[in-house]
Amino acid sequence: MINQTQLKLPDPERDHIQGAIDAPIALLEYGDYECLFCGEVQPIVREIQRRLGDDLCFAFRHFPLTNVHPHAEHAAEAAEGAGEQGAFWPMHEMLFANQAALDDESLAEYAAALGLNAKRLIQEVISGAHAQRIHEDFKSGVRAGVNGTPSFFINGQRYDGARAFEPLLAAISQPARIT
Amino acid sequence: MTGDQDARASSQLRSNREGSLRDSQTRFHFLMATAAEANTATNPKSGQGNDYKEMYSKSRPKALPSGVEAPDFTLRSTPDQWLALSEFRGQPVVLAFYPADWSPVCGDQMALYNEMLKEFHELGAELIGISVDGAWCHAAFARDRKLHFPLLADFEPKGDVARRYGVYRDKDGVSERALFVIDAEGKVHWSFVSPIGVNPGADGILSALEDLQNKQATLATK
Repeated sequence: MINQTQLKLPDPERDHIQGAIDAPIALLEYGDYECLFCGEVQPIVREIQRRLGDDLCFAFRHFPLTNVHPHAEHAAEAAEGAGEQGAFWPMHEMLFANQAALDDESLAEYAAALGLNAKRLIQEVISGAHAQRIHEDFKSGVRAGVNGTPSFFINGQRYDGARAFEPLLAAISQPARIT
Repeated sequence: MTGDQDARASSQLRSNREGSLRDSQTRFHFLMATAAEANTATNPKSGQGNDYKEMYSKSRPKALPSGVEAPDFTLRSTPDQWLALSEFRGQPVVLAFYPADWSPVCGDQMALYNEMLKEFHELGAELIGISVDGAWCHAAFARDRKLHFPLLADFEPKGDVARRYGVYRDKDGVSERALFVIDAEGKVHWSFVSPIGVNPGADGILSALEDLQNKQATLATK
């Protein structure tokens, strides 16, 4: 169960994380693969990860707005399906790099390009194999006050600043300075 | 959205995105998204650099507090259908007043609630959006955003229902961005007025609905 006011830090049992779970800073993003803002912020997140290195644990949860983004749910399914085959993050990058082409056929192509079992992945996408997990992500976000994408939480606190490199890095670096 | 912003958004759209945007819907969405970015300066919650401050006057809303009888109303839900609050007696209702169809934050807010209908329904509640826009405008907005809940037109007398709930902005001619959870007996259980440029999210609504459900469960066991 995720607390309403303060978000539980990335959960290594269920979240997709990059970096060590005991890193001093935890950055959690709620995102949607078809959301253009999420796509724009992606290189910023990567650069922050590069700068902070071992000090940062990054986690991503799904927050697809499926009525305005018709491909968002299947794209999230594809990321989870790739995760089943040990390739969540490569697919995550692939999807954000190709936001304009997220139809099922393209998803299968990306799986193949990443050397995954594309047939298995697309079957999971179509059957909604990971729908429950994606919905859990969504619900946890709503509970925590996510009102759009991307939304960031730094050590469990919602980040309300601009989605640009400098302010985000400054906010993220703060907890590390305190500890 | 001002003409300038529109033009900027369009020119940015042309220069950066033409190749990657495949259809008019995506193009439109991006345009609106760019406008939203311009209007809310990437940060609706902080209120910084928020053009809504210039678009709307300062106001001191006096939203109906919890415990009072929710005024009944009958408004158009489509050009040829009407909906009354009293029709929902016996179940909780979420009233989401918002300033206008098509304005970026409203779009995001309604898009979020649209995704949450299942959660609201699981808590036994119905969701209703209300603004001063006319029924035809609502119809176009709902179709464009694929909204699956009714939008009521507080159109004639303009803003009358918003006024009765204490959330009308006289100077602006629109309602506040205000949320009311009405209980099964037709009383206001919870109300909240968000700064007009800030999407209030849904966590407050869910908490209020759960609170109602818990109260009912307690009553049932007594």
